[in-house]
Amino acid sequence: MPEFDLQFTLVLVTNGLMIGLMYALIALGFVLVYKATDAINFAQGEFVMFAAFIAAAGAYAADLPFWACALIAILCMVVFSFGLERVVLRPLIGRPVVAVIMATIGIAALLRGFSTLVFGAGTRAIVMPVGDEPIYVGPVFLPPVQLVSAAISLAFLAAFSWFFLRTRMGVAMRAVADNQQVAMAMGINVPRYFALAWALAGIVSALGGVVWGAMLGVDNQLAQVGLKVFPVVILGGLDSVIGAVIGGLIVGVVENLAAGYLDPYVGGGTKDFAPYVLMIIALMIRPYGLFGKPQIERV
Amino acid sequence: MMSSVAHAPEATVEQPQLAVSGVSKRFGGVRAVEDVTISVGQGEIVSIIGPNGAGKTTLLNIISGLFQPNNGSIRLEGREITGERPSRIAAMGVARTFQNIALFNGMSVLDNIMLGRHVRMHSGLFASVVYWGMAQKEEAEHRARVEDLIEFLKLQQLRRQPTGALAYGLRKRVELARALALEPKIVLLDEPMGGMNQDEKEDMARYILDVNEEWGTTMILIEHDMGVVMDISDRVAVLDQGRKIAEGTPAEIQHNPDVIKAYLGTKR
Repeated sequence: MPEFDLQFTLVLVTNGLMIGLMYALIALGFVLVYKATDAINFAQGEFVMFAAFIAAAGAYAADLPFWACALIAILCMVVFSFGLERVVLRPLIGRPVVAVIMATIGIAALLRGFSTLVFGAGTRAIVMPVGDEPIYVGPVFLPPVQLVSAAISLAFLAAFSWFFLRTRMGVAMRAVADNQQVAMAMGINVPRYFALAWALAGIVSALGGVVWGAMLGVDNQLAQVGLKVFPVVILGGLDSVIGAVIGGLIVGVVENLAAGYLDPYVGGGTKDFAPYVLMIIALMIRPYGLFGKPQIERV
Repeated sequence: MMSSVAHAPEATVEQPQLAVSGVSKRFGGVRAVEDVTISVGQGEIVSIIGPNGAGKTTLLNIISGLFQPNNGSIRLEGREITGERPSRIAAMGVARTFQNIALFNGMSVLDNIMLGRHVRMHSGLFASVVYWGMAQKEEAEHRARVEDLIEFLKLQQLRRQPTGALAYGLRKRVELARALALEPKIVLLDEPMGGMNQDEKEDMARYILDVNEEWGTTMILIEHDMGVVMDISDRVAVLDQGRKIAEGTPAEIQHNPDVIKAYLGTKR
């Protein structure tokens, strides 16, 4: 039975933070789409899985290097989510929220089935060009794959923050997220920013697919990481970018601590439900999340 | 009622800058705007007044493209703009403010005003990544224009402040600045002085007149304060239950029996 052990805890927390960055990456895709277009994307996990399949296929079929596979996955996912917005979601603008939710659930099922059909049911690998030897940083050892994945996530989150806060398009996108009508009256082409939000969600999913695929292997199960998006965004706030990052980090750390300290007593599985316990508590005491805007009903 | 008012500038005689003709808008069974026709000449200040629910804001929303009218047409400098996207109409030079102040609250005063320039900026995402220097230069030019506006409306001290923290009257002024940043030909002002105290109202009236004089910007405003309306307007149009019941100079409107009836109810 593990007693409290500083080094052990430190390992759990560090790992949790790195995993958390990867959760944050995926959650960002969800939040962006929700913020800009009010659509709830239940297929975010399947996006990640689909992107991972594409990347794995690139390596498998054409023996491409890791970075080329990642690039192909990004391009494919941008085109895919762009098309999806145009063909499926744009016609649903103004329809009840449930219509959009059902549409994304349908897309999720479609992607799972299609992936098995095309890529087969076996587990494929995405191989990062890094060694297997863990890297020791002080008392903590870090698997290189995880380290690289966390670095990729962090780099994208930083680049995105810069885009969102400092560039003209980022500012316009925030305006669209804040108030579509006013954004229109400012001359902002709102549908174009809807498309941009989905395209960004595509990029995020591709990166998420590559890093998660490299860690867990690529098969249908990979879509499960999408389930972690919900605790992350509920904790952080559905409409908050910073919330996605902080929520991701919290969920990563909490599930790791739970796995480290509770699994030995209950025989495993706490990793999967601990984030949801956290989510339910959050819903009860702070339903709009740590950084979310409280809903104000306008008359 | 549509007599060519002597006061209006020459432009109206040939072609009005903005011609709203026979516009109607129904929401379900409610006739929010019914067969309204208004022409506005370049550089005019026109007020739209009327009791609550008269359809004033709906009319502005139709002009700026947020609502599609059921009937009628809107022409800007002779060009049909009915059914155009709001963003297109804004790009053509029609800016507006909103009744309940619609600033982007998470952003600074400067960011808000810069957003008003969005349609005047040309470098898109790819250009701004690839030609970073060019985009920077463009940005600097826009900043200079925005600085002029900030100075004109005396917002210098507030540049970096988040708009949510500002006093009410100042937020209204920032919203005016944001609309002007678009370099509009026409500004639609939805109750620019609503909820203001007397000093703030006088300031706002002054700015509206100054902007009109400095850039010749046409102003169409909805306002409840009759003192202000009569002071600054070239012409006044009165709506009641979606219909235009009168139009004329402030003096004419003040003595119009239909207007008095609409405001005070029928005499017994």
